[in-house]
Amino acid sequence: MMKNLIFRGFVLLLISFTGLAQAQLRVETSGVGATQIPIAIAGFAEETMAPQQVTAIIKADLANSGYFRIIDTGNTMSETTAVNYADLKSRGADALVVGSVHRLADGRFDVRYRLLDTIKATSISGFGQVAGPDRLRVAAHKISDDIYEKLLGVRGAFATRIAYVTKTGNEYRLEVADADGESTQVALRSNEPIISPTWSPDGTKVAYVSFEHKKPVVYVQDLTSRQRTVIANYRGSNSAPSWSPDGRRLALALSRNGYTQVYIVNADGSNLRQLTNTTGIETEPQFSADGQYIYFTSDRSGGPQIYRTSVNGGDAQRITFGGSYNVSPRVSPDGKTLAFISRREGRFQLYVLDLASGQELRLSDTAQDESPSFSPNGKYIMYATQAGRWDALAVVSVDGRVKYRLTPPAGDIREPTWGPFMK
Amino acid sequence: MRTTTTLTLILSSVLALAGCSSVKLDENAKVEDRSATPTTTADARTVAPVTTGSTDPLNDPKGILAKRSVYFDFDSFIVKDEFKPVVEAHAKYLSSNKGRKIVIQGNTDERGSREYNLALGQKRAEAVRKSLSVLGVTDGQMEAVSFGEEKPKANGSDEASWAENRRSDIVYQ
Repeated sequence: MMKNLIFRGFVLLLISFTGLAQAQLRVETSGVGATQIPIAIAGFAEETMAPQQVTAIIKADLANSGYFRIIDTGNTMSETTAVNYADLKSRGADALVVGSVHRLADGRFDVRYRLLDTIKATSISGFGQVAGPDRLRVAAHKISDDIYEKLLGVRGAFATRIAYVTKTGNEYRLEVADADGESTQVALRSNEPIISPTWSPDGTKVAYVSFEHKKPVVYVQDLTSRQRTVIANYRGSNSAPSWSPDGRRLALALSRNGYTQVYIVNADGSNLRQLTNTTGIETEPQFSADGQYIYFTSDRSGGPQIYRTSVNGGDAQRITFGGSYNVSPRVSPDGKTLAFISRREGRFQLYVLDLASGQELRLSDTAQDESPSFSPNGKYIMYATQAGRWDALAVVSVDGRVKYRLTPPAGDIREPTWGPFMK
Repeated sequence: MRTTTTLTLILSSVLALAGCSSVKLDENAKVEDRSATPTTTADARTVAPVTTGSTDPLNDPKGILAKRSVYFDFDSFIVKDEFKPVVEAHAKYLSSNKGRKIVIQGNTDERGSREYNLALGQKRAEAVRKSLSVLGVTDGQMEAVSFGEEKPKANGSDEASWAENRRSDIVYQ
């Protein structure tokens, strides 16, 4: 039953999606992978004439990924420059990256790159892109993606975006940034809390919970058009949106019948269907990657644990058994790993569970972890944590070895959601 | 003959009138003092004004209805006995004032998942709503919502702050 509520207080909602970069997030690395590929990266020809230094971006991407040791060639090499393979091998490089950034007459840039195997003295990969000045960072990230994929066998996630919520004084903002924390843009400003943002599978929309009506209401916002649609404003609380893999439906937690239960609804808010039916708490639903299951948090056994049920309803199977408090389930894109938050001895920490073997692994050493989110290639998890007094975003590889943090210049940051692969 | 009678009449009236004007006012006669003078006993004709009218007991800062919060133990959504009088008072008021509506806002302390805390806060709001419903308040007068950990009253990370935040508030619309 939709209820008409009178606005109380001063509600300021300013939706802006400016092209100007806001203050960026600072990146600090604290852990690397077990093995690192030594890779030489030359300066790209003419790149100093462009507004973004393409090779600086590539070096930072590969270094933060934890799986590369960067070797500077100390010179500039284009994709046509002759290569002294013996020299590179003697410096310990297994691979070499070269390229050029040529400014076109219309102001755009022709970005070319080549990846070479120094041991076999052959070309592994290479391509050209034309990018406007505001798309140069994305072009560099796409080169990093290609290097990562060709040398590690896994698709790179450098050209993806993240969304998160910041709180500075009484202002809450939903922001979007590149996965490296650069090019931050504001999608929503409010003087009431915003929680649980989550990207649509096509990367053009974000669903979230807003308290602007003095109660939690689920919205979907189209980032390109600014259009906001109320998906759920039923009696009581509406929250915990999660997209189906085909982007056509959302799973939600609604308290409309007196108990917080899991529901499924079309992406436009129509065709509401109740999935769970208990007198307890059923919340934090997550579609599995194949769209067949919903993982969710339930307190039916006395305390919160993670369960799984078919998207068509029916019995639920319990998934977590370690400890008495397991929440915030997130499934890896390949469906094999579950990330979640577990409270052990009073500390709320990020864990992963191998769904086949039941083996669990603690991934963090901090005590206030929240809101995990897998990278779209399944190799990393981003989550919110506390670094001293302030909140920060942390990234850890699924094996726990690679670690880095994204810290905002001011205010608290929380609720990260890692966006999908995009063109 | 007529002239004489007339003359006599005139003369006698003049004499009578002359006689009236000679009565003097006694300026020393006592005048009764009717002005108000302070006396130890109220005058029987005093009227001391009184103001009255209907007052909404909801607005009495000293009344039990001024209490709008119910506090909860850690991980709990049971309405403790010490808060039953407050709940009963609001139930009575709402039953007698069927036009009034409330939103019951549930809150939690900051520890744990935001969404799980939203659901816990909802249980705290529902617990108060159910108590009111059992006491006769109609559904249409109440909505239970949750703020989870998002709108804390106390901002510290100690037991005292946490206890202050584990709370349902009754908010009249």
